[in-house]
Amino acid sequence: MQRIIKISFLITLFFIIGVFFIGLNKDANYNTISLVGKKISNINLEHFEDNTFYKDNDLKKNNYTLINFWASWCAPCRDEHPLLIQLSKEKNLKILGINFKDKKNQADKFLNDLGNPYDFLAKDEQGKHSVIFGIYGIPESILVNKDLVILKKFVGPLSFEDISNIIKIIN
Amino acid sequence: MKFKLILLIFFFKCSFLYGVEKPIDQNNIYKNLRCLVCQGQSIADSNSDFAQTIKLVVKDQVSAGKSEKEIYNFLVEKYGEWIVYKPPLNKTNFLLWFIPYLSFFLGGLLIFLIIRKSKQNKR
Repeated sequence: MQRIIKISFLITLFFIIGVFFIGLNKDANYNTISLVGKKISNINLEHFEDNTFYKDNDLKKNNYTLINFWASWCAPCRDEHPLLIQLSKEKNLKILGINFKDKKNQADKFLNDLGNPYDFLAKDEQGKHSVIFGIYGIPESILVNKDLVILKKFVGPLSFEDISNIIKIIN
Repeated sequence: MKFKLILLIFFFKCSFLYGVEKPIDQNNIYKNLRCLVCQGQSIADSNSDFAQTIKLVVKDQVSAGKSEKEIYNFLVEKYGEWIVYKPPLNKTNFLLWFIPYLSFFLGGLLIFLIIRKSKQNKR
């Protein structure tokens, strides 16, 4: 009997240590990497300038589309903007900018000051559409192919490394 | 006659209770959703931008007639299982669901064995 109790105690102890060991060594930063390979559907984004909408078919016309969530109030968006301008020169890639929870006049000023790298510009005033793309903060960018399958998801501002990665994928 | 009347009222009450669809409690959904950008807060507890957005989306989906399960599935598809406090049973988390029952069973067995042993010793 004593042996059974000892074994049970040891099993429980090792289990608890194991759970803590795995849990504490796990990367605590949440990411939506599981979205890679999934298809985006039901796109219904309001155009930045008027009341027309971008649908799935509008993006299917492009070989590759980089969907970039940005706002004038977002400081990291300002940092990544020159890189987006650089990317906009790529012929095989279209950039869809989604202005997130922003005021139009401020967004306009942002683009006038820093340049407009976007081929398509949409707005998500309440942020509800961002959920379709699995966004939980901005800036975030998603590279999709012609079939709207997510090839890569970039959480946070784009870096030089990300840009060269995108260029490598689209060429 | 009186008995039949009571029986009729009882069955009417039961059919009334089960026939009426329970309205979806949005707050209950918010409580079961984790705020991904907060430290240990649910969507219900948080006032972050992310939580506000998720609340709007849930509200829209409830208005569109989606069931609680459909709403959770939609959000799990977009943000992974981490977003729900009560993840659905699958092969990666089956231990999480199975271990409490196993511990309960083994604990009960252990107590039973200890009691039986002590009774045998007394004899």
